[in-house]
Amino acid sequence: MKAGSSLLLGSLSAALIAFALTSPRVVAADKVDPAADAKAFQNFFFQKFPDVKHEDFVNGPYSMNEDMKRQWQEKEEFPPYEFALDAGKEMFSTPFKNGKTYADCFPNGGVGIRQNYPYFDTKEGKVVTLELALNRCREANGEAPYSYVKDEMASLTAYMAYTSRGKPMDIKIPDDPRALEAFENGKRYFYTRRGQLNFSCASCHVQSPGQRIRAEILAPALGILNAMPIYRSEWSGMGTTTRRLMTCNSQTRAVPLEPQADEYRDVEYFLSYVANGLPISGPGARP
Amino acid sequence: MKRSFPLVMLLALSFAPAARAANEADYKAAYAAAETASKEAAGMRNQWTTTVSTLAAAKKAGDGGDFDRAVAAAKEAEALAKASIVQATSEKDAWKAMEIR
Ligand code: HEC
Repeated sequence: MKAGSSLLLGSLSAALIAFALTSPRVVAADKVDPAADAKAFQNFFFQKFPDVKHEDFVNGPYSMNEDMKRQWQEKEEFPPYEFALDAGKEMFSTPFKNGKTYADCFPNGGVGIRQNYPYFDTKEGKVVTLELALNRCREANGEAPYSYVKDEMASLTAYMAYTSRGKPMDIKIPDDPRALEAFENGKRYFYTRRGQLNFSCASCHVQSPGQRIRAEILAPALGILNAMPIYRSEWSGMGTTTRRLMTCNSQTRAVPLEPQADEYRDVEYFLSYVANGLPISGPGARP
Repeated sequence: MKRSFPLVMLLALSFAPAARAANEADYKAAYAAAETASKEAAGMRNQWTTTVSTLAAAKKAGDGGDFDRAVAAAKEAEALAKASIVQATSEKDAWKAMEIR
């Protein structure tokens, strides 16, 4: 767990060479086995970081660095996401023009259910993220959808995460070939190299968690969505999962996809499923 | 497409100096080729930000009548787009090498 200072540049040249030379280990006719994948994924991180308590992986970069963790714990006394949380709560209890509320769109009135998102909708045949479900709720009630990257959406998901804190992630993969395909597509998206820097999500969040990229410490991929949405000083505000994924794409010089693209929905499904059992910790605060 | 297509070479190609001053027709041809490649990359959902910005730089130089610069940028954009296509093609299988299993 050394703090490699020039990870990005070093990997860039290495990546360009590796790109020309890779001869991938092609595994023929793989069967999709999400349960086995989740087990392997968790074991990888548990073994790589034997000193990190399992439930701590959901705290992003803080799980990797003691100094940062202390600063964060101090910050949690006056959390910077509190404003968003209050706004989200208020929005949740304010009726739409038609008199209905968000609570009418969700099981259990939307309280304590964050750990079940995203889910696979067998009617639509696709993954539905919490952000997507929120906008669909708005549209079904005659309201304009919110931007997927901005404050209102982050406030709503912050509130929903907060009411679910501590609940273990609980993503189901129904017995439906399309659900397995979505999981597999999400997995492929996660491991696929993209952008001019030739990085996959895994290059940073599997191979280099705990390392420093510019001023930031890379979060481990295990439980990486459990803390969303997050406050970041660099954004001077809150960011949704969508915003984070788009930012990560840009960092590799890949053009981000459109919000709630199938790939983003599927990679959320994959990452959330392999984090099953780890507690919801959102909303998060990042330096 | 061969996986081992050397990306580095592909990028290097774009820096070969032009033999004579470029004219508008050269620019239009180079730009069209770059645009085609970049559309193909976008269709594969693998556009690079640098392709987009280099293509925009080509257009800006072309609009300003600086055809040498415009052709050079268009060729670079085309090389970048082609590299992203090679990447997407190779990653169709290569991603498995990184998988935790
Ligand atoms: C170039 C390295 C890099 C790549 C590639 C990358 N990320 Fe990130 N990611 C970062 C950095 C830097 C941060 C901010 C520090 C941190 O929390 O890890 C971050 C943060 C995140 C976070 C928030 C974690 C938290 O708790 O704050 C998520 C979620 C995330 N990335 C997902 C992804 C996904 C999914 C991909 C692939 C599409 C990806 N990242 C690709 C660098 C990268």
